[in-house]
Amino acid sequence: MASNKKYWKSEAELNPNDSIVEALRQNEFVEEIPVDEFLGDKEKLSSTNTNRRDFLKYVGFSTAAASLAACEGPVKKSIPYVVQPERIIPGVANYYATTIANGFDFASVLVKTREGRPIKIENNTDAKVNGGANARVQGSVLSLYDSTRLQGPVKGGEAIEWSALDADVKAKLNALKGSGKQIALLTQTYASPSTSKLIAEFKEMYGSVNHVVYDAISEDAALTAFEARYGERALADYDFEKAEVIVSFGADFLADWQGGGYDSGYSKGRVPKNGKMSKHVQFEANMSLTGANADKRVALTPMQQKIALAKLYAKLNGTSIGGEIPEYAQQAIDAVVAEIDKNKGAAVVVTGLQDVNAQAVVLAINESLGSKSYDAKAPKYIRQGSVKGLNALVADMKSGHVGALIMDGVNPMYTLPNASEFEEALGKVDLSVSFSTSWNETTEVTQYAAAANHYLESWGDTEIKKGHYSLIQPTIKELFDTRQFQTALLAWMDSDKSYYDYIKETWDADVLGGADWNQALHDGVYVSGSNSIDQFVETVASTVGLDEVDTSGVDVSSAVRNLSKAVSGGGMELTLYSKVGMGDGQQAGNPWLQEFPDPISRVSWDNYVTVSKADAITLELVNEHAANGGLDGSYAKLTVNGVTVDNVPVLIQPGQAPGSIGLALGYGRSVGMKEEMKTGVNAYPLYQGFNNVQSVTIEKTAGMHEFACIQLHNTLMGRGDIIKETTLEIFNTKDHAEWNKVPMVSLDHQEVEATSVDLWDSFDRSIGHHFNMSIDLNACTGCGACVVACSAENNVPVVGKEEVRRSRDMHWLRIDRYYSSEDTFEADNTKKEEFDGLSGDKGSLGGFGELEDPATNPQVAFQPVMCQHCNHAPCETVCPVAATSHGRQGQNQMAYNRCVGTRYCANNCPYKVRRFNWFLYNNNDEFDFHMNNDLGKMVINPDVTVRSRGVIEKCSMCIQKTQKTILDAKRDGRVIKDGEFQTACSMACSNGAIVFGDVNDKESKVAELKESDRMYHLLEHVGTKPNVFYHVKVRNNNEA
Amino acid sequence: MKKVTYRNQISRVLGVSLVVFLLFSGAIFGQDEAAAAGDPAKGKALFNQNCAACHALNRKMTGPALANVESRLSEDEGLDREWIYAWVKNSPGVIKSGDDYANKVFNEYNQAPMTAFPTLSNGDIDNILAYTAAPPPEPVVAEAAVAEEGSGDSSGISNELILGALVIIFGLLVMMLVLVQRTLRRIAVANGLDLEKEKAERGLPLWKAFAQNQFLVLVTVVLLLLSGAYFAYGWLMQVGVDQGYMPIQEIHYSHKIHAGDNKIDCKYCHSSARVSKHSGIPSLNVCMNCHKSIYEYKGNAEGPSKEDLANGYTNEFYTGEIKKLYKAVGWDEDNQSYTGESKPVEWVRIHNLPDLVYFNHSQHVSVAGIECQTCHGPVEEMEIMYQYAPLTMGWCINCHRETNVKVEDNEYYAKIHEELSKKYGVEELTAAQMGGLECGKCHY
Repeated sequence: MASNKKYWKSEAELNPNDSIVEALRQNEFVEEIPVDEFLGDKEKLSSTNTNRRDFLKYVGFSTAAASLAACEGPVKKSIPYVVQPERIIPGVANYYATTIANGFDFASVLVKTREGRPIKIENNTDAKVNGGANARVQGSVLSLYDSTRLQGPVKGGEAIEWSALDADVKAKLNALKGSGKQIALLTQTYASPSTSKLIAEFKEMYGSVNHVVYDAISEDAALTAFEARYGERALADYDFEKAEVIVSFGADFLADWQGGGYDSGYSKGRVPKNGKMSKHVQFEANMSLTGANADKRVALTPMQQKIALAKLYAKLNGTSIGGEIPEYAQQAIDAVVAEIDKNKGAAVVVTGLQDVNAQAVVLAINESLGSKSYDAKAPKYIRQGSVKGLNALVADMKSGHVGALIMDGVNPMYTLPNASEFEEALGKVDLSVSFSTSWNETTEVTQYAAAANHYLESWGDTEIKKGHYSLIQPTIKELFDTRQFQTALLAWMDSDKSYYDYIKETWDADVLGGADWNQALHDGVYVSGSNSIDQFVETVASTVGLDEVDTSGVDVSSAVRNLSKAVSGGGMELTLYSKVGMGDGQQAGNPWLQEFPDPISRVSWDNYVTVSKADAITLELVNEHAANGGLDGSYAKLTVNGVTVDNVPVLIQPGQAPGSIGLALGYGRSVGMKEEMKTGVNAYPLYQGFNNVQSVTIEKTAGMHEFACIQLHNTLMGRGDIIKETTLEIFNTKDHAEWNKVPMVSLDHQEVEATSVDLWDSFDRSIGHHFNMSIDLNACTGCGACVVACSAENNVPVVGKEEVRRSRDMHWLRIDRYYSSEDTFEADNTKKEEFDGLSGDKGSLGGFGELEDPATNPQVAFQPVMCQHCNHAPCETVCPVAATSHGRQGQNQMAYNRCVGTRYCANNCPYKVRRFNWFLYNNNDEFDFHMNNDLGKMVINPDVTVRSRGVIEKCSMCIQKTQKTILDAKRDGRVIKDGEFQTACSMACSNGAIVFGDVNDKESKVAELKESDRMYHLLEHVGTKPNVFYHVKVRNNNEA
Repeated sequence: MKKVTYRNQISRVLGVSLVVFLLFSGAIFGQDEAAAAGDPAKGKALFNQNCAACHALNRKMTGPALANVESRLSEDEGLDREWIYAWVKNSPGVIKSGDDYANKVFNEYNQAPMTAFPTLSNGDIDNILAYTAAPPPEPVVAEAAVAEEGSGDSSGISNELILGALVIIFGLLVMMLVLVQRTLRRIAVANGLDLEKEKAERGLPLWKAFAQNQFLVLVTVVLLLLSGAYFAYGWLMQVGVDQGYMPIQEIHYSHKIHAGDNKIDCKYCHSSARVSKHSGIPSLNVCMNCHKSIYEYKGNAEGPSKEDLANGYTNEFYTGEIKKLYKAVGWDEDNQSYTGESKPVEWVRIHNLPDLVYFNHSQHVSVAGIECQTCHGPVEEMEIMYQYAPLTMGWCINCHRETNVKVEDNEYYAKIHEELSKKYGVEELTAAQMGGLECGKCHY
């Protein structure tokens, strides 16, 4: 029934008079080829020195020269190893299990190396916690090959030797030993048993050592609340797979909330099984990834969220509490409480409000619910930062009590809201050393910049969750003269031990408990036996009284009271958040991540302030579509407590709570960066007191900003059945023919199903492999890990902001985001017809204002689209040179060397998945990204051709991977098992939304999924018979 | 070819052993009686089989030089044959027993323990000692080479003589013809014939007649154009095809000696061909597996052949190439140890497929069981490696069309072969029928 919903991709599309939208509806390519520009200008042509004859001469000469030059092939050298390492066979990939723990991202991953070069990050499926790599982790391998990396230690701008640095630091530390001044270590969160032990030993040796941890994007409130309740500075763990009701107050838990890693569990609970799926209600201000996936999303400003949370707590406990929230929010709360009452043990409430009260209330609710998806016994350690500790340190520095400041994994000059204060305080410190992989804002002001290893060059360990340990092992020797922080500490402690030995000793003594080190290293993860967890339960239960629910009841009730009294500080409420692509900004120099479009706004290469439509009108902020299909937005000035950030581009975000605005952290890096990467504005100065909610004044300033937005590039062109969705109720009660309608076409004047009509004879595809891909719109959260994984696997070039703006992005896999409003505005139509008179209950005077504005709170659907590998592919029939053809295994193949670049195929593709190489994107100074330098090229996958200018490219369904799987089986002489066939995207999808396999293997999962009632193909009525199919999105939403 | 090399080897072995025998029979009388108990010919066989990997007669290798080892030991160290028996059969035991000399040798040679040979009998050891006591055979190569060079020179002179004679004969013939013509002309004039008039009467010259016949001109032009196009096409088609490409390499590596004469399996060195897309150029440590003990070339005992000499491929030349290897890998021959200073060899790549082609060796070598020679030609006969096949797409495709897929004993193929062969109605499927002509199988 839901297929008659109205879908739209941008707010402008709702305006029937928008000429650009109209143009895009009619034209395949947004921009005409500018033939007129260079041939139409007669004056210019006649005034030029090159006349037609000369031109022909040049053409003739260059053709002859080029063909003559081609006669003699270049001499290629081949240089084998002198001593070949035992495990490296050229042409065969090796995999190593390691862990990223950069203070923001913590994940157990597998690293694929070729000839000793790490080239791709994959999920470690053995890991029970944080085994899924998000987009940033997928992209982190490219940061290893960043040409702007610090290549050796630096003192005052001059390169020095490590021995010199060691000597200076050691002399200083020894001098400080008895001086009464402290030695401060300011670091990221390590969650590392070995590093903790090492720092403890360092303290022992040098006396007054003060270790301060801070997170650029802080979870201090959550940590404090948890500590108050359970006596340990950690974060509660949640298993959303077990939850049947999920209520979130501003927690973007599908992205980076409390360190992330919750999306795969969430997705598993979102796929309807036996008529059941979890229900997710989101109260939030910004349109977040999590809100986009919610069954019901209630747009509230942060202040309203606090009151709503207090009301929820009160209602659950059968009391009531004051505070004003809108009527619809109150209704939503009532509905939520009813749901929770039905599923007491299977409900979970989370919040992302950086407010100790809110966090404490949430912990109390979860505990009183006895939620089985709530785990406080084995908490997570991946955020440890202490705002209090940091403030004390800065105060100490200012008062001259700090003799030495050694920093690792942090960039305070960029991430601190009070960076200038920090700089001033730093001036009073005798010795300052900053470990960093690249030259940044902090290394610029410290005396020593110590070149640090990338995590793929380092040893290390982490304890992500209590009892869940993982190891970091190097997958390549240090590319430069760099050293990791721990190795340096060991050197300064006059230890001749390597950090590897140190970890091994620590593990053998404290972690492994007799288990095999090599096995742990091989797996990358180690879950300590029940002993330590039991131990913890005993101690905590006895000391804190875990079993009693209301130990801190007094605190909670006051917390609730405080929450309900929340008031806005005047002006707009700003919510600072981190983007899926950029995080806290550590990897801002990574071109893959810069070009990665934001899942919600589809904007790449930028951050921006998101405002609601209503506020935009009052503030006179506009978004316009330029003639070339690009998006332009006004600039605004944001002021928080006297701190002003100027020239912030404005993006009108459907679903943004009126009265609130949002801005992403992590952009606006400026030091040590390539010019192209200096994108966006730095929002950290507004992140005062490490609170993600700020009271702000916003003011329009002059000028328009040019976005690189993929938003309006291709519209649905009126084909409304691309996304099919329904509600759980209809899904459970009605026949699939009703909610998953097969389009009908006319054959001999009879209405028949489109799938039964065929223009062509079908080939026999029953023999051998036949690859299909299944995409479950329920499991897909739109996180985009697959997009970056695809870029890494298939050498997809980065084209830069200007080219993306011209809709020349090269991603083989895009995740389309569709907004939808309630069913075709029918409710409004009825309402309008019932208008009676000007005023009164049904008066049209106020009534029109009440009509729903679709942009206020739309539903969102994500749909990954890659080449659909049609069995009856329209692209294949139009290629004049047969460069694209079909394989028996179902893959639509693209022979780049045959392609002459007519782009007929792109024109004829109904899915718009073909990408044209407008330029040479490698070895070209115009595109100075990783493919333009030798270091960056080390990430290139040697099994996939790097495409040249003038050819079309597209998803190959990772034919290099399927072919390898087949070859491995042939070599072993065995049958291929289900699950062996994988593509880069299906491997990257830890949510299980993308499943790949051989449908001729009737036992396979993909064959089973193809038989599902939810299965449908994109644009079935076109009759392309794609090999990619989708599963109808089911919303657990009975109101719609 | 294989047979021939084999025969060569036999004759070489026979020749060498004859020389050795003769030399020995003279030497035997000069040696003390104990050595006389052994048979140096047998000893040589045993030595080559068991000892040569680590010992040479006259130079230090992994182990000490063994020429006259017995007399050396008895004279310098006062050790008798019994000690040698014990050492050979169980050297670690002797070292452990605390024997002074044993420990000295052990430490001198980097504490590399000598393999114990409990299977060697005392008689065998006698034979080996007899061999070590006899001085190694003098190379007869130089003499033979000189002799052959001389003979080569003489044949060159005779060729020139013959050619000179032929030139003289030819000159005489021409002279005779001229004389005959002059005589005939004189006779004609005497008979009153007007030669010039005769010529004019015979009509137009041939080329003028041809130019006047338009049909002939047209046909000729068409033919010329067609043949021109044919040759132009042929020329263009070979652009970028480097068949026969035979670059000079940094080290003159002879596949003929390794794969031909010594019958080393291709995949011993190119081991990754079995599992990887690359056949792999062997790393230098693979070379050193053998070349630690093979420090000089003495392949053809009867001396290099004529054409080898013409190319400069003398034994010294090859030995020089081995020294180049030592230099690259950083092998110190005197101390039998690596210096650690290495310099990778930059080979010129011969077989270059463009980047747009994916080719996997293991698919062809391990799965299909295709001989290396099918694509690389008679490598075992190549003194200098060259590109044998054109490596064009047409060449690939032809083979895929003609070659049957090796499906025996491969469970992977069981189902698909059964179904496909039924579909195509054939007993055996070619690679093409299996899908080996699809673009995407090689281009991605």
